[in-house]
Amino acid sequence: MLVDIRKESFNAYQEILSYQASQDFSGKCGATASFVGSMRDFNDDRKVTSMTLEYYPGMTEKHLNAIAREAIEKWNLLDVLILHRIGKIKIGEDIVLVASWSAHRKEAFESCRTMMEQLKSSAPFWKKENTTAGSKWVEKNTSG
Amino acid sequence: MKVSVKYFASLRELIGEASATVEIEENTTVDALWLSISERKNVEFDNVMMTVNMEYVKPGCRLTAGDEVAFFPPVTGG
Repeated sequence: MLVDIRKESFNAYQEILSYQASQDFSGKCGATASFVGSMRDFNDDRKVTSMTLEYYPGMTEKHLNAIAREAIEKWNLLDVLILHRIGKIKIGEDIVLVASWSAHRKEAFESCRTMMEQLKSSAPFWKKENTTAGSKWVEKNTSG
Repeated sequence: MKVSVKYFASLRELIGEASATVEIEENTTVDALWLSISERKNVEFDNVMMTVNMEYVKPGCRLTAGDEVAFFPPVTGG
C-alpha cells in the first residue's frame, strides 16, 4: 500500500506501472481498477488557467491512509495506491490517482470507486482556481 | 487551558492567520470555540468543518488542554 502527496507533477499511468512492478502480486492479481483525475481548463463556464491545491499536513496523509487500509480490509485487496497533488497545478496535469488490485473485478471496481468518493467528500484538500479574472476558491465538489 | 487552532483555505484568508494558540475555559465545546472566534474576528461562514487532533468531530465535542483544533470549509480535493 502506498499513499503519497506530491508537490511535483506525475504521470498516473507510469506510476501504476512502476508501483505494480515493485510489488509481488503477479499471478495472484486478476483485476486492476484505477481512477485518474486531471486538470481541466474550464469549470462552470469559467476559463481556468491553473489551480493551487492546499492540504492539511499530517491530517491529509492520515485520512488517506485510513481510506486505503479500510478498503484493503473490506474488499480483501492485494494492494492500493493513492497519489494526490498539492501546490500549483497546470492544465492537463494529473491531480489524483486511486488504484486497486484484486483477484476479481468486482472488488477492484467497487473499492476504487468507494475510495475515490471518500477522498472527494472527506480528505482535507482545497482547490483555488486561477483565472484571467483572478483567483477563486472552489466552494464544493460536484456530485459525480 | 490552551488549545492550538488552525485554519485552512478560504477560512484562513477570512480569519487573517493560519494558526493561533487560544485560551479557553475547561469543558468548552468545539462549536462554542468557533462561535467565539468567528464573533471576535467578525467572520460569517456557513458549513464550517471541525476537526480535533486530526479527526472530524461533531459540534458538541468537548475540548481538552493541548488539543489541536482545525476549522475549514468543505473539502474540494480529487
